[in-house]
Amino acid sequence: MNIADYVMWAMLVPLIGAVIISRLGRWPNIREAVTLITATILIGVVYRTYHNLQAGETGKLILAEPVPGLTIAFSVEPLGMLFAVVASLLWLVTSIYAIGYMRGHHEKNQTRFFTTFAVAIAATMGIIFSDNLLTLFLFYELLTISTYPLVVHSGTARARRSGRVYLGILMGTSIALMLPAIIVIWSQVGTLDFTAKGVMAGKVSPAWAMPLYLLFILGIGKAAVMPLHKWLPAAMVAPTPVSALLHAVAVVKAGVFSILKVTIYIFGPDFITSTGAGLWIIWLPTITILLASFIAMTRDNLKERLAYSTIGQLSYIVLGAVLANQMGLLGGSLHIAMHAFAKITLFFVAGAILVATHKTQVSQLNGLGRQMPFTFIFFAVGSASIIGLPPFGGMWSKWYLALGAVDAGQWAMLTVLMISSLLNIVYLLEIPARAFFPTMNSKICGGIKEAPVTCLIGMLIPSLICIYLFFNPEPFYSLAQLATR
Amino acid sequence: MVGQHFGILLVVLPLLAAPVTALLPNGRSSWAVVMAVMTLCLLMSLSILGDVINGHLIHYELGGWAPPWGIAYEIDGLNALMAVIINMIGTLVTIYAWYSVPADIPESKQPHFYAAYLLCFLGLLGMCMTGDIFNVFVFLEISSLSTYALVSMGRNRRALTASFQYLILGTIGATFFLIGIGLAYAATGSLNMADLAIRLSESAHTQTIHTALGFIFIGMALKAAMFPLHQWLPRAYTYAPVMVSVFLAGTATKVAVYVIARSVFTVFTPEYSLQTLLNELLIVFGAIAVIHGAARSIRQTSVKPLLAWSSLSQIGYFMIGIGLLSATGLMATMIHMFNHALIKSALFMAAGIWLYQTGSLRISSLGGMGKRMPLTFMATVIAGLSLIGVPGTVGFVSKWYLVLAAVEQQAWGIVAVIVLGSVMAIIYVWKLIETLYFQPVAMEPAQHNARHIERTPALILPTWILAIACIYLGLDTEVSVGAAEAAVNSLGLARP
Repeated sequence: MNIADYVMWAMLVPLIGAVIISRLGRWPNIREAVTLITATILIGVVYRTYHNLQAGETGKLILAEPVPGLTIAFSVEPLGMLFAVVASLLWLVTSIYAIGYMRGHHEKNQTRFFTTFAVAIAATMGIIFSDNLLTLFLFYELLTISTYPLVVHSGTARARRSGRVYLGILMGTSIALMLPAIIVIWSQVGTLDFTAKGVMAGKVSPAWAMPLYLLFILGIGKAAVMPLHKWLPAAMVAPTPVSALLHAVAVVKAGVFSILKVTIYIFGPDFITSTGAGLWIIWLPTITILLASFIAMTRDNLKERLAYSTIGQLSYIVLGAVLANQMGLLGGSLHIAMHAFAKITLFFVAGAILVATHKTQVSQLNGLGRQMPFTFIFFAVGSASIIGLPPFGGMWSKWYLALGAVDAGQWAMLTVLMISSLLNIVYLLEIPARAFFPTMNSKICGGIKEAPVTCLIGMLIPSLICIYLFFNPEPFYSLAQLATR
Repeated sequence: MVGQHFGILLVVLPLLAAPVTALLPNGRSSWAVVMAVMTLCLLMSLSILGDVINGHLIHYELGGWAPPWGIAYEIDGLNALMAVIINMIGTLVTIYAWYSVPADIPESKQPHFYAAYLLCFLGLLGMCMTGDIFNVFVFLEISSLSTYALVSMGRNRRALTASFQYLILGTIGATFFLIGIGLAYAATGSLNMADLAIRLSESAHTQTIHTALGFIFIGMALKAAMFPLHQWLPRAYTYAPVMVSVFLAGTATKVAVYVIARSVFTVFTPEYSLQTLLNELLIVFGAIAVIHGAARSIRQTSVKPLLAWSSLSQIGYFMIGIGLLSATGLMATMIHMFNHALIKSALFMAAGIWLYQTGSLRISSLGGMGKRMPLTFMATVIAGLSLIGVPGTVGFVSKWYLVLAAVEQQAWGIVAVIVLGSVMAIIYVWKLIETLYFQPVAMEPAQHNARHIERTPALILPTWILAIACIYLGLDTEVSVGAAEAAVNSLGLARP
C-alpha cells in the first residue's frame, strides 16, 4: 500500500470501528475489546504512514471535487504526522482509561459514547491529513458535530445548555468568520492547497493580510483564544475521558493545528512577518495566556481549573504561530505533543478522583494523597511538565517558544511566558500539595483506595511519556523541525 | 424521434392524465396513474438536462408555428434544472403520498386531490419550459388555482382561511403580472421572450417598459413570497396537508424566482436592470428577508411554521443572488434553488413523519422522539446540517457560491448578511435537534399512533433519498453546478 492508502485507512479504521461498536451495545466486553483493537490498528496505520513519510514517499488522495478546481483531498506532511502520532497514541490510552471510568462511574449510554468517540477520532484524522483548506474546514465542522453528543452526554439541563454554547461558538465562529476568509482567499488566490511557504505572497495585497489572519485566529474557535473561549469550560460537563482526549487533545489541538497550518502553508511565515499581520494580533494570545492563568487560580472545580489552564496553554501555541519565526513555530508545534501528554494525565487524575471519591472541588482534596498516592504522583508529573520544569517534556516546547519570542525581539511576550509559568506553579502544584501535605485540622482517611486499575494504567502511560520526552523528544522534534524549516 | 418532443410532453402528459385521475373510482388507482406520469416525466426531464449540460439548447415550436407568432419552448440550463427540481420533488412526494394522502384526505376526495396535484405540477413545469411570456401567465394560473384547492384540503380548518388569504394575494400577484405583460406587449407587440428581448433593447427607456418591468416583478415577487410580500406563505405551508407542504416548499416559490431571473436576465437584460432600482431592491429586501425570516423561525414553537419561516429566509438568498446581477450570482441562486429543494422537502417530509407518529408538531411535545425514531431523526439531522451550510452537504455549495458572488463585487455587507443568516440557522435547526434527541421524553408512547410509522417505506424511503442526496450532491456537484454553468454560458454572461 502506498501512503495515500494509509491515509485513507487512518480515517476508515476508526469509522469502521464506530459502526461495529454501535452494533455491540448488548455485549459491553466485546464492545470495549473492539474499541481497543481499533485504536491499536490505528496506531499501526499511523506508524506505517510515518514510516513511508520518513522514506520520502508522497501521495495525494482525492475524494471529491465539490467546486470545480477545489477538491476534498488528503496528503501527509510532517506537522500533521506529529499530530497524528499524538492523537492515535492517546486514543488507545484514553480507551483503556475510559473502560474503567465509564464502568466505575456507572455512566449511561456507553455504546453511544464509544461510537461517537471513534467518529470524533475519524474526523480528527481528516483534519490532520487534509490537503487543502476546504477539506480542513469540512472535517473541522464534522469534529464539532461528532463531539456535540459527547458534551451533552448526561442529557441534563445543564449539559444541554453547555452543548448550545459549545455548538454555537464553534460552529458559529467557523461559519461567520473562517468561511468568508477562506472564500476571500479562494477568490483572490485561486487555490486553497497547503503549500510550503504559503500561497498568498504576491497574490493578495499586504493590506489584506491582517484582517484575514484575524478572521482565522478568531474563526478557528477550537483554539479557544479569548474572547471565544467560553465553550471549553462549558464542555467540561462531559464525562472525563471526553474532557481528557477531546478537550485537552483532539478538538483543541485540532484548533491550534489549523492555525499553524494556515500560518505555515497558506499565509507563509514570511508573508506574515513582511506584512506585519501579527503585529497587533499577537496581543490576543498574550492576553489569553495571562487571563486564563488568573481565572484558573480562582476556580475551585478541578476540571474547570484544568480547562482554563488548557486555554492558556493553547494560546502558547497560537503565540508561536503568530510570532511566525522558525523557533516560535517549532515551539508551537512541539507544544501540541508536549501539552497533550501532560494535560491528558491531569484530566485522567481528575476523573480518577471523581470515580474513587466522588470529589470534584480542589478544596476537598486535602489529605487525599494518602488514599490515592499514585494518582497524585501522576498529577505532579503532569503539572511539572506543563510548567516546563526539567526533566519533563514540556520544557522543550517552552524553551523554543521563549527562543522564538527572543528572536522576534518581543520582550513583552517573553515576560508573559515566564509569568505564566509561575502562575502555573501556583494553581497546578497546589493540588498535589494539598493532597500530600494537608493542613492540621483536615480529616485524613487511612488506607489506599485508588481508582480502577485500567484508570491507573491510563494515567501511568502518558506520565511516563512526559518524562521520556525530556530525554528524547522524538519523533516530535524532527517532525516539527521538518514542518517549520 | 420522440426525444425532441420531451419538452412539450412534460406538460401535455400530466395535463392529459389529470382528468383521468379525477374520474377514477378510488385514491389508490389515481395514485398509480400519478406515479406513472411522474416517473415518465422525471426520466424525460433528466434526459433534457443531460442534453443541455452537454451544450444542446432545445428549441421547440408548438404546432410548428414559428415564433414570435407561435408559442416556442426554449430550454437552456436554467429551466432544464428547474424542470428536474420539480420532477424530482414531484416523484418523491408521490411516493410519500401513498401513506400521506389516505391519512390526510377523505377517501371520496382523493381522486380530485390527485388531479389538482397533477395540475399544480404541470402548471409549475409549464412556467419553466415555455419561452412565451403570456404562456407563463396561463401556467401560473393553472398552478395557482390548483394550489389554492390543495392547501384548503388541510385537516385543520384554518387551512381554509390560509388558502383564502393565499388566493387573494395570489390573484393580485397574477393580475400585476398580467398588467406587466400587457404593457410590454403594448410597447413591443410581442410576447415571445427572445423576441421581446430584442425589441425591448430598441425602446428600453420608455416609461411603459419601466412600468412593465415593475408590474412583472411585483407580481412574481408575490408568488415567490419575497419580503415584504410574504404574508401568505407561513400560513399556507403550515395548514396545508403534509404532502402539499412538501411539494410547495420544494418547488412553488422557486418557479416564481425562476421567472424573475428569466425576466431580469433574458427579457430585460442585466445591463438594463442595472439602470433600474431592481438590483438594489432585490439585495436590500433579500437581506431583510434572510434576517427577518431566520429571526421569526427561531421564535416558532411548532415545526411546520419554523420550516416555513426558514424558507422565507432562504428566498432572501435567492433574491440576493439574482440582485448581484452577475454570472456567479445567478449560479449561486440556481444552485441554491436546487439544493434548497432537496433540503426543505426532506425536512418537511420528516416533519410529516413526526406528525403521523405523535399527532402533534409542537416542538415541546416532540421531546426525546429522536431516540424512538432514529431513522427519521438522522434524516432530520442531515437535512438540518445542510440548511446551516455545513461543508460536505449541498447547503455548503450554495453558501460557497453566494459568498463568492458577494466577494467578487466586494460587497462585504452582503457577506455579513449571508453568514449571519447561516449562524441564525444553526439556532433554529439546533432547537429542533436538541429537543428531538436530548430532551426527556415528553409524551407517553400510549398517546402516540400505535404503529411504528417510521417503518412505513412510503414515508421513510423518499425522506432518506433526499437526505442522501443532500450529502452526495454536496460532494458531486455535477448536476447543480453543471446546469448552472450551462445556463450562464447560454445566457452569454461573462465570468471572471
